[in-house]
Amino acid sequence: MKYICLGYMNEEVWETLSESERRTFMDECFSYDDELRQNGHYAGGEGLQEARNAATLRWRSGKVSVTDGPFAESKEQIGGIMILEATDLNHAIRLLSKHPSLRLGLGGNTWEIRPAFDLTGFIEDSRRRRE
Amino acid sequence: MPNPPENIPQLVGEIYRTSSRSVFATLIRLLKDFDVAEDAVHDAFKAALEQWGEKGIPSNPVAWLVSAGRFKAIDRIRRESKFDSLEQHQIGQTGAELPDASGLIDKAIEDDMLRLIFTCCHPALSLDARTAMTMREVCDLTTEAIASAFLVTPSTMAQRIVRAKAKIREANIPFEVPMEHELPDRLGSVLQVIYLVFNEGYYASSGESVTRVDLSSEAIRLGRLLHVLLPDPEVTGLLGLMLLHESRRPARTSSKGNIILLEDQDRLLWDRGMIEEGLTLVEQAFSSKPPGPYTLQAAIAALHAEAARPEATDWAQITWLYSRLLTINPSPIIELNRAIAIAMHKGPESGLQQIDAILERGDLADYHLAHSARAELCQKLGRTNQARTSWERALALTQQDPERRFIERKLSELRP
Repeated sequence: MKYICLGYMNEEVWETLSESERRTFMDECFSYDDELRQNGHYAGGEGLQEARNAATLRWRSGKVSVTDGPFAESKEQIGGIMILEATDLNHAIRLLSKHPSLRLGLGGNTWEIRPAFDLTGFIEDSRRRRE
Repeated sequence: MPNPPENIPQLVGEIYRTSSRSVFATLIRLLKDFDVAEDAVHDAFKAALEQWGEKGIPSNPVAWLVSAGRFKAIDRIRRESKFDSLEQHQIGQTGAELPDASGLIDKAIEDDMLRLIFTCCHPALSLDARTAMTMREVCDLTTEAIASAFLVTPSTMAQRIVRAKAKIREANIPFEVPMEHELPDRLGSVLQVIYLVFNEGYYASSGESVTRVDLSSEAIRLGRLLHVLLPDPEVTGLLGLMLLHESRRPARTSSKGNIILLEDQDRLLWDRGMIEEGLTLVEQAFSSKPPGPYTLQAAIAALHAEAARPEATDWAQITWLYSRLLTINPSPIIELNRAIAIAMHKGPESGLQQIDAILERGDLADYHLAHSARAELCQKLGRTNQARTSWERALALTQQDPERRFIERKLSELRP
């Protein structure tokens, strides 16, 4: 089963780290990612650029409106996503609780684990309706 | 006979199904940590898939998997200790060796399975936590499946499991089979979990359907496993009790999902195979020392199973068994059941007196089955108004859809 992990990063904590601390942090993270990959638990992932580089689409007065942002008040922004392949929620929790990124600046990072929603049934129903 | 390499995944899958819990249990003993052992099981089976095709299938696959899992775990701990020196101490503690002779290995592995069961059911854990741990670690169900069976969210169930494991670790709950003198208490804690799982599947405390098959069969599977590992009379009694109840499942509900009471069930639908097995177990359990509470309940179920027609039921014997059960295990619910047996044996009037006495004490005032039982007896005595009041009280208290429908049907039959 797939679990989508949303990594929230506190940029202020990242700013306080020295260059060598950042390098060590990244080495640890990527080395653990490699381990997840080797064991078949890593089903994908991406780092995200800052929210100020984002575009937001909405439906407004009958047409698509595009704005930049969002510019959330919170210092915590989603900094990356990872898709884990795990047998159940506790397995996913265990795999992620060893991820070195959690220990960024002693707690500058949080992960939210969301079980993937299986859309197969909906897609098949919909396909039948459209046929 | 050497297996062709294409059969390896199938063989490994088969061994996973039959033995992954044993490998897991032994690895917990060797590695002293549930989580480390869980990773090690994964690593060991992965190594088997990769290596058996080339190097051949080991003569004792389970011992091979344990040993592979242990080495992989030590490797992993060494790698991780770069980041986390706290876990280093574990390397030094993984020195316990498996004996070579395969008979000894089997015995050691059986003991580990028992250790796993007793640790998951340790009385220092709440009943909810014990049940969750047993379902996940012993039965190998996923968090999501357990959550859905017990009607809680996966995140609630996941937290329960995380906290239980943290407690086992922090409170240093030992991975041991209890000593002889502790055994009755500790075994009680295990049997309680198994019977709770069974009942949750058999009576499903709320929701649409009366029964949830999976939990009951999981409980019976656990009961069988424990019966092999530790043939204590109460284990035998509980297994017999569950089988005798389970044998009636096909007759308990109509095709529309409505409840059919014991006296109205088509006894030809009862599963004879389960009854035979249950009766043998009850006999075995009853023959040694004074019978415990599960054995007594199993004996009551056996008397029902042996009656070809409801009128043939030996209610005198059942009343006597309930009285014995009450002396070991005083409980208003057992008292209620005894009252019903008395009603069947000596007539509704005597039973009703008993039920009214229990209700007057206030013990079962909010228990819907007490009011249902009272209603039935009043109805038999032709006291329609009293019957209606009791059915209405039961209806207000029940939380289960089929039971609600059952009571509504009873109420509609009361109309003059």
